[in-house]
Amino acid sequence: MRVNDFVIKFANVNGSGSASANALFAKAIFRMGVPVAPKNIFPSNIQGLPTWFEVRVNDKGYLGRREGIDMMVAMNPQSWDRDVAEVAPGGYLLYDSTFIREIERDDIKTIGVPLTKLCNERFTIPRERQLFKNVAYVGALTALLDMDFEVVKGMLSEQFRGKDKLIAPNVDALELGRNYALKYFDCPLDIQVVTSDAVGDRILVEGNDAAGLGCVFAGATVAAWYPITPSTSVAEAFEKYCHQLRIEPETGKKKFAIVQAEDELAAIGMAIGANWNGARAFTATSGPGISLMSEFLGLAYFAELPVLLFNIQRGGPSTGMPTRTQQSDIISCAYASHGDTKHVLLFPSDPTECFDFAVRGFDLAERLQTPVIVMSDLDLGMNEWTTKPFKIDETMGFDRGKVLNAEQLDEIERFGRYLDVDGDGIPYRTYPGTHPEKGAFFTRGTSHDEYAGYTEDGTVNARVMLRLSHKFNTAKTVVPAPEFGQKTQGATMGLIHFGTTAVSVPEAMGMLADSQIHLDTMRLRAFPFSQEVEDFILSHDKVFVVEQNRDGQMRSLLVNECGLDPARLVPILNFDGSPITARTIANMILEHLGQAVEDRSADGVAAE
Amino acid sequence: MTYIAKPKFHHPKLPLNDLGLTRRDYEGAMSTLCAGCGHDSVSAAIVEACFELNLPAHRVAKMSGIGCSSKTPTYFLSKSHGFNSVHGRMPSVATGANLANNSLKYIGVSGDGDTASIGFGQFAHAVRRQVDMLYVVENNGTYGLTKGQFSATNDRVSVGRKGQKNAFDAIDLAAMAIQLGASFVARSFSGDKDQLVPLIKAALSHKGFAFIDVISPCVTFNNHIGSTKSFEFVRDHEHTVTGADYVPHRETITADYEEGSVIDVTLHDQSRVRLRKLDAGYDPSDQAGALQHIMARQAKGEVVTGLLYLDTGETELKEKMEMVAAPLNSLGVAELRPDMAALEKINVGLR
Repeated sequence: MRVNDFVIKFANVNGSGSASANALFAKAIFRMGVPVAPKNIFPSNIQGLPTWFEVRVNDKGYLGRREGIDMMVAMNPQSWDRDVAEVAPGGYLLYDSTFIREIERDDIKTIGVPLTKLCNERFTIPRERQLFKNVAYVGALTALLDMDFEVVKGMLSEQFRGKDKLIAPNVDALELGRNYALKYFDCPLDIQVVTSDAVGDRILVEGNDAAGLGCVFAGATVAAWYPITPSTSVAEAFEKYCHQLRIEPETGKKKFAIVQAEDELAAIGMAIGANWNGARAFTATSGPGISLMSEFLGLAYFAELPVLLFNIQRGGPSTGMPTRTQQSDIISCAYASHGDTKHVLLFPSDPTECFDFAVRGFDLAERLQTPVIVMSDLDLGMNEWTTKPFKIDETMGFDRGKVLNAEQLDEIERFGRYLDVDGDGIPYRTYPGTHPEKGAFFTRGTSHDEYAGYTEDGTVNARVMLRLSHKFNTAKTVVPAPEFGQKTQGATMGLIHFGTTAVSVPEAMGMLADSQIHLDTMRLRAFPFSQEVEDFILSHDKVFVVEQNRDGQMRSLLVNECGLDPARLVPILNFDGSPITARTIANMILEHLGQAVEDRSADGVAAE
Repeated sequence: MTYIAKPKFHHPKLPLNDLGLTRRDYEGAMSTLCAGCGHDSVSAAIVEACFELNLPAHRVAKMSGIGCSSKTPTYFLSKSHGFNSVHGRMPSVATGANLANNSLKYIGVSGDGDTASIGFGQFAHAVRRQVDMLYVVENNGTYGLTKGQFSATNDRVSVGRKGQKNAFDAIDLAAMAIQLGASFVARSFSGDKDQLVPLIKAALSHKGFAFIDVISPCVTFNNHIGSTKSFEFVRDHEHTVTGADYVPHRETITADYEEGSVIDVTLHDQSRVRLRKLDAGYDPSDQAGALQHIMARQAKGEVVTGLLYLDTGETELKEKMEMVAAPLNSLGVAELRPDMAALEKINVGLR
């Protein structure tokens, strides 16, 4: 028996209406109080290519992607062979038995439901016949997995509120599949969903949705962006929430401006222009956009302008795998642009942190007067995660950083835009239009002195560059600190991870513990690295660095920035475009240590 | 350039404007451009226009890209904030700045390389969005800072300093701006202050995207015989379609013009631009006609100057975006951040 602990995968044709039915299935389990991790594995295509939807159900909180499919809902003849092959031994294959299929495996159980036939008999409109097949297999699953049918029905009513005449045929389709399964199969199966309270107060939300919402609560007023997968939904979420929360009631006018720019260069140019002028502005993009924005990032670094970017990383290089996930823009973002440049990076690991880092990112960008890049990825951005609810501290205002107003300007003898008055490397700025006589300066990407005047004096430029380094050191003390997996660290070996890898780490540590291997873990949350990061590495004989890229980019950054012996850091890498699994992490560490590894599919049903 | 610093003192009887400021109060740092550069005349015209309009300098923002022309914002309005951005990207920075605070006057200064080549896309989209700004191109048909390469506005018949031929047709930025829907489009000549200053004043009173293509000869690389952007060539081939006078809101219009040859157009701040129609039948409100006229004259080797197109009915960016009246950069936590109750409601919706 597997109760509240299994992986189900849906194999569909892109554009066939499966997405909403699959999402309904995942949300229903979440509503039953069981944590879920749905993952959309989709092609760069609008209609016709294979697409998959994986749902991991786990009430112990292991919500990373897991190999070993316990049940496959195989609805796509194109991908049939590989879908059948992927089912774990002892697992289930649910398929549309309207069509005769050769099933060559005898180590899996098959459940044939004549979905096409049932829907063709019940519905007359061709579109309905197609769409309701998806709802019908969800109906069959409610019986097979013993799901709370009232919850599922209730969700359909919610989904079609306002379009009430759609509720009845959807419920009809749901019952069509459910009744067939109840009649012809021994329901429920030995994988089941049981109502639980394991979800607690958590919410189910996409990282990009959380980031867009975070920008509203951070006081962002200007968003400039260019459509690119997988970042588009950040701007769309910001727009959605602005329409809910930022319309002036008396006039119906907008307390925000969202511009779909002509390209990524213009998008960041607008965000920089707005920030220069005292409005909080951001852009959202992915790797190719970062490449295009690099020149502007150098300007913002050197002219010391705040700007917040969301980089929803996808598979690279070049156009790469636009609909797959990776963490492969670490180096290109840390050092984006020509000349000596460095940028503050934040690494959220769940949607709650996407929200928090949007709020904190603006504070940091304005405090440090420099670009801040939130390094999300496709897995986090475009999939729904079971995550802690959003919170803000209402006692805290926005940290607008060192900005002088007219009264403050009156009090000082001579304003110097790039003077390090406080010794922390962070100068004072003024917004245009503040004072009739004082505080005006020329923002430029050319070499400048402490008064923003153009200079070709190399010693002056070197002085400015050193102060920028000093400012970056200050950043180490204000960026989010790393988080440690253990309260006290006693192991001889450590493991460093960041971003979405975090969700697979506890499970991987459990697997390693089964082989008597114990590691101290640390999750990086920001670049530049604070002293704690270096201390953690130096206090362990060997440290594994887990990343979702080919070249061990974070490892390179650690070696470079902390001046470490590269031999101390062992790369653990996954870059196939799928979210890294606990088994991958555990196996690669076991291999490195010369120990036996477990079969990847062994985490499925047959292991029982 | 001269290296003799400007004296800080000035004659006590220098004329004052309504703000009690002299022209000197609108000047900037000493120019580092070549002596005789047309761009310095454009800077002087901007100073004159702002002085005459009684603009408080700190309520003006100067935006530019990269190149000789983009350096010039340092040479006027030293009490204004300036932003010398990256090559060809001034339009986007100006757009963002404008969204943050529409209550400032934006003067963008660009060149033909900055606008007609590397920044062509951003230029087009700033026009399309009707960003509320004055966009001046100091057009000399050449890349000055890199020593004299042809730019995309150089005419095919033009020859380079060393006799090299230009194989490609020129991009006419004024025609481009009209075609893209800019609501104020003019062309002038840096050597014609009498025409340029009123045009700048009218452009600064216009709400929306105001474009002025200023032919501004490069004395060092593009002022020789054979260049169609030389002082001599432009003086000989300039053809003015409209003479523009700027009439501030408070001044009464005097009747010293010939009936039928003059039209007054009221601008957004109730000031007026008075157009002396030098070409019979030229109608600056006719978009297609304006384009046709420019092209017909161009075929004859003439450079058409004056206020070429004006549409006072077009809305500008902020209106199109349906934004609140207050500048976005003036809104604080109270106006921008919903409370915890609103956030909790969102949490509930995600369960």
